[in-house]
Amino acid sequence: MSLVVFENVKKQFSGRKVLDGLSFTIEKGEVLALVGPSGTGKSVTLKHIVRLLEPDSGRVLVDGVDVAACSRRELESIRRRVGYLFQSGALLAWMTVEENVSLPLRECTDMPEDEIDRRVAAALEAVELADAAEKYPAEISGGMQKRAGLARAIVRDSDVILYDEPTSGLDPVTSITIHRLIRKLNRDLGITSVVVTHDLQGALGFADRLLLVKDGKAVECSAPAEFAASENPVVREFLAAMKGEL
Amino acid sequence: MSFTREVGRTTRVMLASVAAFPSVFRSRDSRRDFGVQLYKTGIGTLPVVTVVSLFTGMILALQVGLELRRFNQEIYLGAAVMVTLIREMAPFSCGMCLAACVGSAIAAELGTMAVNDEIAALEIMSIPPIRFLSAPRILALVLMAPVLSFFCCVVGTLGGGIVGATQLGVNFEQYMASAMSIADVKDLTTGLVKAVVFGLVIGTVSVAQGLATSLGATGVGRATQRSVIISFLLILMLGYMITRVCYQ
Repeated sequence: MSLVVFENVKKQFSGRKVLDGLSFTIEKGEVLALVGPSGTGKSVTLKHIVRLLEPDSGRVLVDGVDVAACSRRELESIRRRVGYLFQSGALLAWMTVEENVSLPLRECTDMPEDEIDRRVAAALEAVELADAAEKYPAEISGGMQKRAGLARAIVRDSDVILYDEPTSGLDPVTSITIHRLIRKLNRDLGITSVVVTHDLQGALGFADRLLLVKDGKAVECSAPAEFAASENPVVREFLAAMKGEL
Repeated sequence: MSFTREVGRTTRVMLASVAAFPSVFRSRDSRRDFGVQLYKTGIGTLPVVTVVSLFTGMILALQVGLELRRFNQEIYLGAAVMVTLIREMAPFSCGMCLAACVGSAIAAELGTMAVNDEIAALEIMSIPPIRFLSAPRILALVLMAPVLSFFCCVVGTLGGGIVGATQLGVNFEQYMASAMSIADVKDLTTGLVKAVVFGLVIGTVSVAQGLATSLGATGVGRATQRSVIISFLLILMLGYMITRVCYQ
């Protein structure tokens, strides 16, 4: 059974169709890259998986549970399994990096302090941010903020991580570091990853499959080699546009 | 957003926050945040509250004192200033200061967090924003508003005494004796109840506006503005209603 299933999901904002019958699946243990032009509903798609948004029609199933119709307890159980890396990192400004990363453990578990410290240190080590533990978000770079957000996403042993534009606004070297991290977390910890990105070149390198979303519909979902060789005119047009930008 | 929907949402924020007050002391982060909020609300607004209450008392004394002088009744100046301050003006001016200084800051802070996805991040971590952000802020306002209101009353009365002594020829001791003779428990209780209600209203409105912010920086500005306007209006309306219930 697929880990996440989108079944004909439709979503409108102020009369504008953002998702228009979107259907696709996410398999356990894979890295899926959501690509497509701006404003086609990629981030909106991600938010449906953790019920930050609810579909107007259609269903989103996580491990067979309808996310929009499930109880508060079931939703919390789903959210506990899912880490979410926001574009901005979404760190709390008045807390240090270490306090931000430990927040879900301190607030939602009865874990002893030494275990929290051990996990936070491991998470910061995994994202190569151990040196910045005592710094505040305003004192570190955008790339470091995203890595801190990633550490917070993995500290609870999440088995799914949703990345919303993890490399937007970052320089190419930092972007490659983030891509490697995504792959490393997937390989070492078996974390299922869904990555919304504009970086097609990067996605072709780190993803197991790419899903092209256009006008709120899934146009193509395939492995990088097949995606790059696709004869679908929408895919060709998208690839050409991306190459033009590069 | 329709008026009824907004009222419903704000009421839900208030009820959920009040229910979450005990959890403010549960975790280390919440306790620390609560301490910061108490400091911001109490100590942070003290300079503004002092100036506002001092001049409120001075204006009251001057206006009332000039009228009383026409009837040679200046000896009642202290009583007139005290009764006005303790029943109405102290909680009112304190509420206005808190709405302008603290409520606006809360709305702007939570609004910025909302547009930066920090609120969504808390939800995904299963940390309810109402418990984590709203309860400590509203509780700090509920606790500090009556303290500041009492302080306002003391400073305002002293301000009135200064004006009485320097410009109206009223002996300061006589003024204070007159002021203390009129102050009773009911007036004090009513004033403090008003302050508590104003604190609850300012906190709730500011949190509700902040959490509902969208549309980036423009939305933050709008939420801040709305929180101040709505708080001001509710302070006036509720002030009247409480007075009516308590004195009629």
